[in-house]
Amino acid sequence: MSARAANTIRARPTRRTFLQTCALGAAAFGSGRAIDRASGTAGLPSSTLTDKQADKSRVVIARDPGLRGSGTSLDSDRLLKLLDRAIQSFYGADSPLDAWKRVVRPGECVGLKINCLAGRGASTTVKLVEAVIERLQQAGITNIVVWDRLNSDLESAGFRAGSSRPGVQFIGNDTAGYEDGLAIHGSVGSLLSRTLTRTCDAVISLPVLKDHGIAGMTFALKNFFGAIHNPNKYHLTVGDPYVADVNMLPAIRQKIRLHIGDATAVQYEGGPSFLPQWSWRFNGLVVGTDPVALDYVGWQLIEQKRASEGMKSLAALNRAPNYIATAADSGHRLGTNDPKRIERLEI
Amino acid sequence: MILKAKSVDRRSFLRVAGATLPCLAGCGLASAASPSLGLRLLLPASDPDAQFTVEAKYYEKLGYRKIKCKLCPRECVIDDRERGYCGARENRGGTYYSLVYARVATAHIDPIEKKPLFHFLPGTSAFSIATAGCNVNCKFCQNWEISQVRPEQVRGAYMPPRDLAALAKQYQCPAIAYTYSEPVIFYEYVADSADAGHAQGIRSVVISGGYIQQEPLKKWCHNLDAIKIDLKSFSEKFYKEVVNGELKPVLETLVTIRKQGTWTEIVYLVIPTLNDSDAEFKAAAQWVKSDLGPDVPVHFTRFHPEYLLTNLPDTPVETLERAKAIADAEGLHYVYVGNVPGHPAENTQCPKCRRVIVERQGYTIGQIHLKKGKCGFCGQTIPGIWT
Ligand code: SF4
Repeated sequence: MSARAANTIRARPTRRTFLQTCALGAAAFGSGRAIDRASGTAGLPSSTLTDKQADKSRVVIARDPGLRGSGTSLDSDRLLKLLDRAIQSFYGADSPLDAWKRVVRPGECVGLKINCLAGRGASTTVKLVEAVIERLQQAGITNIVVWDRLNSDLESAGFRAGSSRPGVQFIGNDTAGYEDGLAIHGSVGSLLSRTLTRTCDAVISLPVLKDHGIAGMTFALKNFFGAIHNPNKYHLTVGDPYVADVNMLPAIRQKIRLHIGDATAVQYEGGPSFLPQWSWRFNGLVVGTDPVALDYVGWQLIEQKRASEGMKSLAALNRAPNYIATAADSGHRLGTNDPKRIERLEI
Repeated sequence: MILKAKSVDRRSFLRVAGATLPCLAGCGLASAASPSLGLRLLLPASDPDAQFTVEAKYYEKLGYRKIKCKLCPRECVIDDRERGYCGARENRGGTYYSLVYARVATAHIDPIEKKPLFHFLPGTSAFSIATAGCNVNCKFCQNWEISQVRPEQVRGAYMPPRDLAALAKQYQCPAIAYTYSEPVIFYEYVADSADAGHAQGIRSVVISGGYIQQEPLKKWCHNLDAIKIDLKSFSEKFYKEVVNGELKPVLETLVTIRKQGTWTEIVYLVIPTLNDSDAEFKAAAQWVKSDLGPDVPVHFTRFHPEYLLTNLPDTPVETLERAKAIADAEGLHYVYVGNVPGHPAENTQCPKCRRVIVERQGYTIGQIHLKKGKCGFCGQTIPGIWT
């Protein structure tokens, strides 16, 4: 067997200067304040919160109806601006760079956990990954690892072997390997990806919002099935309590800094595969640090779309993602699924 | 007929691997003391995938590139590009594939007694292989580093059926044993290898949890020589909570195997506090007697803490003896105590004259007093495959 070289993004991003970024970001919003919940900023400085806000998990839903211009593919520049707006708004920062500095510190190795099992159309989009890499580099991060389960999955979503950019590596767990010992919590016993445990100091999760035929839906919490060696064992009973238990594993819980949910296209039925007839051009990003709140909000978006299309709810199909409530319960406390405690900010 | 004792170390794997299984040793499969799983998992999945991939025999195509697997009772419904619970089967564009055909993750030459099969060619060796994957997830699995991983997460040697049979023959193993993980999930490979083996005079035995649908099981019964079933408890609750499976289909499997006339033995791994009550032993023994008959051997074996059940102690020998006493009292003819080397209940006794007819010490066979399948002392027919 021979090791496979690291991957790289197939479509190379255009170069953008930091000053340009700042100018764009500053023109955006900034009224909100950072929320430092659960797996949030891990010791990095947080914004000042009012008492009322501190009780809530902020979830920013940023949309741009013109994200695809007049065509069908995403416009990279607009996507970058959308990302800036979302992050800046989430942290209530004065500029995108200010916001990113609350997420990561120079010198850290930052992992981007994408979801690319379904190939193009229902995976984290290459252009979003490009945009995040660009901003991280501008924030002084020189070591970035984009990872998921298999090299072949990365490739099928548009990432390919042979990094052409310094400081960025694309790697599947099949190449990086897994830890020797089991990580155990509740119903789960798994070997963890070494990319997560050894390579990355911090992880930014870039999940994809979509329906899931077995687990109900997949978004922030379930994205970390891609960090374990045996996800096939944990889809029983609509993923409950397995999804919550996987997220309790310390290496996962402690390293996640931020979730940037890819909702540019939402597979609201037929997922996790890409089936274009049920792919909704939502043209949005869903950002937060509370994965339970993100999942709750994501679930509601899927249900709203299903209802508008005259489809049955996930509950009616016996696949309500009850693992979200489990993740919020007193045995897990991974975040909140209580709408009263979620500050949903639509921009 | 009296056979001389045969030392187990003559059949020990390491010697064989080093001296005579270069194909396995060369790819790292042969070493019993193989690198840790983590090291093995570091290796990329660069095996040419295609040679291990065959279309699955039992599945149903659903709409929108989904499929439903019909091999085991779990009946996984699987989306495109996803795998079933066992991790060994994958939907690719609406066609379902086994990823483990001829993909041998481990190979050893074991005494047949290690399976354990006590009424099947005693004192012989079984060429024993497994692929990665399993359709349940027992918290006590002794082989989880093979059974609970995906095929690409461990090294795999390509060993097509004819080569497997030839190797078994070359190393004087009268049988191939499909074991360690769960042969149900490498069903197609087992079926073809059994045929290839028979063509070369080699028999095939399966060591299984018995979680399989009836149609594939019946075909197995026709081309396998023996099937040992792990009856992991006699309680649905245990199967749900500890095995991630179901008891009922396993009982149906045992009934079918008996009806089809395939030789079978049962292992019941006794786990302290979880499946070791008198009531459960009694219920299991009564069911075996009424639904399978008293001649099916039952092995009560000792548990050692492993995998996700490391908080429980080894099974006390007295518990195993209690289980045996209960099963004996229910009228089962061949009840053994296992994983306790040197225990007298490793021996086979004639149910009529009570004399020892197959003597065992661990995996070492002592004297055998059998004549054409009958007790060498009183002439009682002893069920099994003896020649
Ligand atoms: S054999 Fe595997 S894929 Fe098929 S039903 Fe059983 S667990 Fe699922």
